[in-house]
Amino acid sequence: MLLLALAVSPAQAALNIFTCTPEWGSLSKELGGDKVNVYIATNALQDPHHVEARPSLIARARSADLVVCTGAQLEIGWLPLVLTQAGNAKIQVGQPGYFEASTQVVLLEVPTLVDRSQGDVHPGGNPHIHLDPRNIAKIAAALGERLAQLDAAEAGIYRARTKSFLDRWQQATARWDKEGAPLKGMAVVGYHKNMTYLNAWLGIREIGSLEPKPGLPPTTAHMSELLARLAKDPAKAVVRSAYNDPRAAEWLSSNVKIPAVMLPFTVGGSDKAKDLFSLFDDTLARLLAVAK
Amino acid sequence: MFKRNLIAAAVALAFAGPVLAQDADLGKIREEIRQMKDAYEKRIQALEKRLSEAEAKAGKAETTATQAETTAVKAEQNAARAETATAAAASARSGENAFNPAVSLILQGTFARSSQDPNRYQITGYAPSGGEVGPPKRSFGLGETELNISANIDPYFRGVAIASLAPEGGVAVEEAYFQTLALPRGFVVKGGRFFSSLGYLNEQHQHAWDFQDAPLVYKAFLGNQLKQDGVQVKWIAPTDLFVEVGAELSAGNQFPGNDRNKNGVGGSALFAHLGGDIGASTAWRTGLSYLRASPNGRSYQDTDRLAGAVANSFTGSATLWGVDGVLKWSPNGNATYNNVKLQGEYFRLRQSGTLVYDDTAQATSQFGVPFASSLQAEQSGWYAQGVWQFYPRWRVGYRYDALRYGTLNNGIVNNGLGPTAADFPVLANHSPSRSTLMLDFSPTEFSRLRLQFASDKSRLGVTDNQVLLQYIYSLGAHGAHKF
Repeated sequence: MLLLALAVSPAQAALNIFTCTPEWGSLSKELGGDKVNVYIATNALQDPHHVEARPSLIARARSADLVVCTGAQLEIGWLPLVLTQAGNAKIQVGQPGYFEASTQVVLLEVPTLVDRSQGDVHPGGNPHIHLDPRNIAKIAAALGERLAQLDAAEAGIYRARTKSFLDRWQQATARWDKEGAPLKGMAVVGYHKNMTYLNAWLGIREIGSLEPKPGLPPTTAHMSELLARLAKDPAKAVVRSAYNDPRAAEWLSSNVKIPAVMLPFTVGGSDKAKDLFSLFDDTLARLLAVAK
Repeated sequence: MFKRNLIAAAVALAFAGPVLAQDADLGKIREEIRQMKDAYEKRIQALEKRLSEAEAKAGKAETTATQAETTAVKAEQNAARAETATAAAASARSGENAFNPAVSLILQGTFARSSQDPNRYQITGYAPSGGEVGPPKRSFGLGETELNISANIDPYFRGVAIASLAPEGGVAVEEAYFQTLALPRGFVVKGGRFFSSLGYLNEQHQHAWDFQDAPLVYKAFLGNQLKQDGVQVKWIAPTDLFVEVGAELSAGNQFPGNDRNKNGVGGSALFAHLGGDIGASTAWRTGLSYLRASPNGRSYQDTDRLAGAVANSFTGSATLWGVDGVLKWSPNGNATYNNVKLQGEYFRLRQSGTLVYDDTAQATSQFGVPFASSLQAEQSGWYAQGVWQFYPRWRVGYRYDALRYGTLNNGIVNNGLGPTAADFPVLANHSPSRSTLMLDFSPTEFSRLRLQFASDKSRLGVTDNQVLLQYIYSLGAHGAHKF
C-alpha cells in the first residue's frame, strides 16, 4: 500500500524547493528560473546552527519537491525534525528530493578529535562551504542535474540555465581571482570558523578567532590571549559575518587599531549582496578596502 | 799555489756559477711565482666564487629539496589523511555497527530546599493524578537520566526509544514508538508509547521545559505529562500556514483514565495546531486539544476525618479540552543573543460517574461498608509564562499558574447517609496557585544550570517556598531544536 501510494504523485506545474540557507535559495533561483518556487528557511542575519523547527518550516517542507541544504551537520539541530514532522516522503534523506550541497565538495578542517570538548565541532568537516566560488560551481552542476532529474519535462531548460550560470560563474571567478590577488597572505582575525573556505581560496591567513572554540562566545581571557598573539603577529583586520555579534569584533578593533570588517557571509547579509554574484563582489570589495 | 788558487777559484766559480746563474734566474722565477700566485689567487678566487655560488645554489637546492620534501610530506599526509578518511568512511560503512542509531543521554540533578515536606505534596481539591507530581526531594537529588536512541528503520519507518533511568533504580519507558516516513499527502502515523500531542508542553521532554517542573494544570489533569500507549494519525495541510490535525487512540491507561483491563480503545484524543511567522522576527503556534478517557475503578488513597486510610475509586467518563499558544520573538529571527518566548495553556476537565468510598481495610473502621454515589466535577486550570534571554546564554523567566476548583458534586457527601466532606480531605474546596521565577545559564546548547524559586499554594492553607538549583546536560547525538 505504501509503495502504491508513493507511485502516485500529482503532476506539478513548478518544482517547490525548500532551501535551508539564502545561498542555496539564490542558486536554486539561478538554475530553476521561473520553473521553480523557492522558499528560504533562514535569513542572513540568523545563525544557521541555531534555528528552530518552527511551524512555518514544517508547513513549507510539507509541500516541497526538493530540499536543498548544506548538510555536514550544519542543520543537524532542526532539519531532521522538520523532515520527520513534514509528512513528505519525497524529501526524506536518500530520496532524490533531498540534496546536500556538502557532498559535492571536499570538506576542510575534518576534525581529528570528534569530541564536544573541542566546541561545537562537525564530525564531517567545516560545513560553511559556500564562500569558495569553485565549490559553488561544483554544487551548481550537481544541483542543475538534480533539477533535470526531478522535473524531466523541463530538463532541457534546467541544463541550459545551469550551463549559462556556470559560464558566467567561471568568468566571474576568473575576475575575482585577479581582483583578490592582493589579499593573498593577508592576516585576519575571524569570529567563528565560517570563513575557512573563503580564506583557503584567497590565501588569507586567519591567525585567530574571536570564539575560543567553535560555537562558544568570546571570553575576556581569550580576548587578552588574542591581544598578546596580535602583538607578535599583527593582523590587518578583524572579520565577522553579518549574523555574528559585532561587539567583540569592535572591541578588538579599537584595542589593536585594525579595522573591523563585516562580511555579508550569504545573500542578504548586506545591501549589496543581492545574489551569489554580488555576494562575492561585495565580499571582495570589503576585504580589499582593508588589505592595503 | 797558483794551482791551488786556480782550483780554489774554479771551485769558487764552480760554486759561484750557479749562484750567479741563480741571481739571474731568481727574478724570473719570482716573477713566475708571482704570476702563478696571481693566477692561482685568481683561480682560487674564481673557484671560491664558484664554490660560494655553488654553495648558495646547493643551499637553495637544499631549501627547494626541503620544500619539495615538505610538500611531498604534506601531500603524503594529505594522501594518508584522504586514505584514512576513505578507509574510515569505508570501515564506517562496512562494520556491523555501521547502522548504530543516534544515541544521546540527558543527565539531570537538583539541589533543593522546600519549606514543606515534598513527600506529603498534594494538590488539594483534585483527585491525585498518580504521576510524579511532587517537588524534587530535599538536599541533593538525582533527576531522571534519559537515554534516547533513534534511527530510521527502513525507507518507510523511523524508530525512537527513550528510557528513563530512575534515581532509585529501575528503568521506565518514557517513549518507544515507530513513525512513518513515506505516507503520501501529509499523513504521519505514530504507534507505540509516545507523549500525546495535546497541548504545547506535553510533547516536549521535561529537560526541554523552561522550568524544572510542569505547570499545576499538567500535574492535576494529565498526571504531569500524558503518555499514550496507542496510535496517532496526523495530517499536515499543504498550505503555507502551518495546519496540523491529528487523532490518538490509546489504552487510556494514564490519568484521567486508568488501566482498566478491558478490550477495545480506552481513550482518545484530538488536536489541531495552527502556526506561522510574522515577519522574520516572530513565530507562533496555537492549538486546540480534546481528550476523552473512560476510567474504570481509578483509585486513590485518602484519609477520613479520624486519619484512617480510605480507598476511593472512580468509574465513569473524563473529558478534557484545552487551548494553547506560544509566541517567540528574536531580532531578525536570530535567537542566539536575545529572544523572548511567551506561552500559555488552559485546560478544563469534566468528570462524570460513580465514586466509591471504601474504608473496610481499616481494623476498626468508621463505616465498615463501601459507599457508592455519583460524582460530577468540572474543574479548570491554566498557566502563563514568559522567558527572556537578556544576554547570550542567560535567560530569566516567570510563570504563574492556577487551578480553579469549579464545581464538584460528590453524591456520597450530598446524600448525607455516611461520609461527609471531612472524609474527603483531598477533594476539599481549594483553588491552588503558584508563582515561579527562574534564572538559567547555558554555557552551550548542551549544558544548562538553573536557579528556580517557587511560592507554591498547591496545598490547602499552606505556602511551600521552594528553591532549587538544577543542572541539565545533554551528551551524544545532537538534540533537536523543537519549537
